[in-house]
Amino acid sequence: MASQGLEKEQSVQQLIAQSRNKKGKKIVEKLMPLILIITALISVLTTIGIVFTLIFETFEFFQRVSITDYLFGTEWLPFSGSEPLYGVLPLVLGTLKVSVIAACVAVPLGIAAAIYLSEYASDKTRRIVKPILEVLAGVPTIVYGFFALTFVTPLLQQLIPSLKIFNALSPGIVVGIMILPMIASLSEDAMSSVPNSIREGALALGATKLEVSLKVVLPAALSGIVSSVVLAVSRAIGETMIVSLAGGATPTFEFNVTGSIQTMTAYIVQVSSGDAGYGTTIYYSIYAVGFTLFIFTLLMNLLAQYISKRFREEY
Amino acid sequence: MVDLMIKNSDETKVKSPKQAVSKLKNTIEKKTVFGTKNFNLWYGSHHALKDIQLDIKENDVTAIIGPSGCGKSTYIKALNRMVELVPIVKTSGEINYRGRNIFESSYEVEELRTKVGMVFQKPNPFPKSIYDNIAYGPRIHGIKNKKILDEIVEKSLRGAAIWDEVKDRLNQNAYGLSGGQQQRICIARCLAIEPDVILMDEPTSALDPISTLKVEELVQELKDNYSIIIVTHNMQQAARISDKTAFFLNGEVVEFDYTDKIFSTPRDGRTEDYISGRFG
Repeated sequence: MASQGLEKEQSVQQLIAQSRNKKGKKIVEKLMPLILIITALISVLTTIGIVFTLIFETFEFFQRVSITDYLFGTEWLPFSGSEPLYGVLPLVLGTLKVSVIAACVAVPLGIAAAIYLSEYASDKTRRIVKPILEVLAGVPTIVYGFFALTFVTPLLQQLIPSLKIFNALSPGIVVGIMILPMIASLSEDAMSSVPNSIREGALALGATKLEVSLKVVLPAALSGIVSSVVLAVSRAIGETMIVSLAGGATPTFEFNVTGSIQTMTAYIVQVSSGDAGYGTTIYYSIYAVGFTLFIFTLLMNLLAQYISKRFREEY
Repeated sequence: MVDLMIKNSDETKVKSPKQAVSKLKNTIEKKTVFGTKNFNLWYGSHHALKDIQLDIKENDVTAIIGPSGCGKSTYIKALNRMVELVPIVKTSGEINYRGRNIFESSYEVEELRTKVGMVFQKPNPFPKSIYDNIAYGPRIHGIKNKKILDEIVEKSLRGAAIWDEVKDRLNQNAYGLSGGQQQRICIARCLAIEPDVILMDEPTSALDPISTLKVEELVQELKDNYSIIIVTHNMQQAARISDKTAFFLNGEVVEFDYTDKIFSTPRDGRTEDYISGRFG
């Protein structure tokens, strides 16, 4: 028997029992979950704290400005000394213009790139291209910002002479470029996780590669693709630096994209970096705008979660 | 091709004149679906199929048996060129489908696969509704008319003996079905484009005995209209459902003959060893 060799000393089971009875191990076992809970709580509590501050200060803002004026007003003129106006719609519209342009750029390009990477690219190409795409996601947004202002805008002005220096189009396109890798990479993950057996099933019916990609793999990965798009658009809504630099600071309630705009985020930057005194209405307004922004991104994230759960394909 | 047929039937020990006549008639009347001539296949440097000579007749159920790694799956995947999905595959020789070499550079692989359907080892329905699974093939080949599609779906599901089980839930996801039902959905999907040949790669190895029985019965019914080539690990299954059996070993065809002959009086000692369970 194997235990004979250990007879003079101790059996393995005895050694295990000794080690189990050591005090230190028991304390660590009990202490560790506590430490882990605390670290988890820090992030949760911080989030709750931020949300509460937002709500609190927003409440204060609505003591001074009526909520209907805020939600439905079409003029945002907080700095006009005698009669400031706090209608948020121009800021919301500015944000939406940029986000919609960004989505128009990023969704088709991102999904096309994902289809290429997942269905057509060789392993070697994929190994080279995907990290490059992910580097694009790591470029600081301030760099994108002056890229929009000093490169894209002049370029677009050659095509559209009426384009202002500050406009919605240029930051929209650049935000689109910024969120493109996110869509491409997440959608590629979703498409790659579709099992090969399903592709083979379609090929065996005489389907071409394109038919397999578009009519089998794409629908099968749709939940992942849609939630990647929603997440990316929520990034676009919250994007700050690019729109601050290239979008301008003129909140307008117009639907053209060639003129100067201001987004919710850019307004917050403008006030925060300026000298609005503590306790003024302008000071409180950034919380109201911040809260509005928070509601937007929260809804987008919930939508992404709902979509990925509701439309999850089982395979 | 003809040489091989005669060789095969010559060596069959004839027990009665009547049997001889029926077998001869069989050989003459039935057309060759797949004629394989000097076919070799390599995965990189591994010589997986060696000098295969095999003539498969229409409306036969042809079983391919042999131990794991003998090349039987590779062979049927060569018949619809699915084997080319492995990038390192090289081939030489010919496989003639209805007289034309499928490895000719001008042969369109989609056209071949429209004629030669395949059912896989593991059921692989699309993550779509049952209806869309069946309609997928006809749709990609340009059939858009809803009424015609409805008819095709019903006919195919009836053909795969699963219509009664799913007719009330055609819009549900095919993944909600049991493994055996999923496999019959895959067979129905294959029938929907009315192929000429159906290749089956161990179609029952992932199924329970009752589902297996259903698929086997189905094969018997389908052989009136289709030529079926089935790879199986299960020798009883080969004996039960096939007309002819090919025994593969180490990438070679050791013996190819009528199933009753292979299982009663095999010509080659290795075949006898295999079917009596002495190896494999």
